[in-house]
Amino acid sequence: MSTTYDIDLAGREPALEAIDLSVYYGDTHAVQDVSLTVPSNKVVALIGPSGCGKSTLLRCFNRMNDLIGSARVEGRVDFHGQNLYDDAIDPVEVRRRVGMVFQKPNPFPKSIYDNVAFGPRVNGLKDDLDATVEQSLRSAALWDEVSDRLTDSAYALSGGQQQRLCIARTLAVKPEIVLMDEPASALDPIATQKIEELIYELKKEYTIVIVTHNMQQAARISDYTAFLYMGQLIEYGPTETIFTNPREERTEAYVTGRFG
Amino acid sequence: MSEANRPLGTGESTFDRRRRLMGRAFAWLCGLATSVGVAALAVLLVDLLIDGLPRLNYAFLTSFASRFPERAGVKAALAGSVWILGLTTLIAFPLSVAAAIYLEEYAPRGWVTKAIQTNIANLAGVPSIVYGILGLALFVRALGLGRSVISGALTLALLIMPVIIMAAQEAIRAVPSTIREAAYGLGATRWQVVSYQVLPMALPGILTGTILALSRAVGESAPLIMVGAVGFLAFTPKGLSDQFTVLPLQIYNWVSRPQDEFRELAAAGILVLLALLLSMNAVAIVMRNRAQAQR
Repeated sequence: MSTTYDIDLAGREPALEAIDLSVYYGDTHAVQDVSLTVPSNKVVALIGPSGCGKSTLLRCFNRMNDLIGSARVEGRVDFHGQNLYDDAIDPVEVRRRVGMVFQKPNPFPKSIYDNVAFGPRVNGLKDDLDATVEQSLRSAALWDEVSDRLTDSAYALSGGQQQRLCIARTLAVKPEIVLMDEPASALDPIATQKIEELIYELKKEYTIVIVTHNMQQAARISDYTAFLYMGQLIEYGPTETIFTNPREERTEAYVTGRFG
Repeated sequence: MSEANRPLGTGESTFDRRRRLMGRAFAWLCGLATSVGVAALAVLLVDLLIDGLPRLNYAFLTSFASRFPERAGVKAALAGSVWILGLTTLIAFPLSVAAAIYLEEYAPRGWVTKAIQTNIANLAGVPSIVYGILGLALFVRALGLGRSVISGALTLALLIMPVIIMAAQEAIRAVPSTIREAAYGLGATRWQVVSYQVLPMALPGILTGTILALSRAVGESAPLIMVGAVGFLAFTPKGLSDQFTVLPLQIYNWVSRPQDEFRELAAAGILVLLALLLSMNAVAIVMRNRAQAQR
């Protein structure tokens, strides 16, 4: 059985709502009947041991699983009252409005400027491209470090800078929700801290769903935490409750480090 | 004296000596094998230069074939080879790259795709004379294109397409999936992901494969004989439907004559063929480096 606490939506419509969501890879039932409400302008952390389905669940929120031929999704994900998996919905539009930052920094082999400008360009948002690029880099706290070398290759940046560039790139298409799949797991502690500070700033304007292996990180940055285990949502609620007073025994065992 | 106290470099056993000698012998053997190949190539090149260099001059490049060796040249064959190569590239490159993109990025993963894939791999191994027969039946006769430049180019294009397709697929597959995900994640369509990210990154690899395939095409003679290339021609092609000859055929024609002078002409012809090949490769390497430098 799973436990879900009341989610305080503060009278606003939720940013995302998964309802009885299941994902299959061939015969593997990777995500099992998960229902989860993501409130607007909050940070929701998905935690759990490796292979628990947290990344798979995250990738349902912008239909990234469509790219994996063997993946099959059942159930629904509501976004502004529409099911993202409705036949009439174009996944390309979904991905523009629900952006994603990946585990390893994956800048394009192009200049810093072109990395950020790619999203606006492919989406036909070419007006004032320079301003968009600057604003995105500022939002990702990278502008001061790269403003004088925008034409340099993105590969010349450090790992932490590359990841902030990837965040800037995501922000440049002005999404409503930003999904982050262990965005700091390949970074050193100082770069990680910068990303965490950034997430704190970003939630003023964006809703963030973040997968993390690092429980301290989840505790530091998130407002709500969902614990997944073996494809099931075990417990979902305010981060403080999940970490200090969970109702489920498995949640407590995991957050206190007894397994996982 | 115990093993622990024995100074290094003393007390080598028979076993130790044998494995040390084995290692050295193996290195020598591999070195020898390499030098056989290099030596053969060097001898060939030196022999060609001795025979052919005296014949190689401006007149040789600008004269047509002749039954008088002192007046004979490779003009028709060189022009024919350049025509055939150019047309073959124009036909084979876009078709092959498009096919590779389809197979890698669009085709559903299923038994049909697998069957196509296997077929392409097999086609790359089909003897070139078979393509010649196909070209004769299809382009020369059925489509009525005749014994012409275009028939030859189409035949060679078919011949090298499997090679380019496979090289291009390899290059496209080598583009990290993280790049594709990043582009899709920003709301790019499949076409935009392919054209803005995948193709530019795969281009150096695709060009390398194309060069190798074209190098094969420039040395082909069998399929071109089938579609009607001739060994003796006194004009250069002016259009797609003209008759043609190519360097390998001209060289063969000269080699098969009894007089020594014609053998020297053949050697000079081979030097021209090698020069053509090397300059093609040079152009492609420059293009590849430029594509790589854009990262």
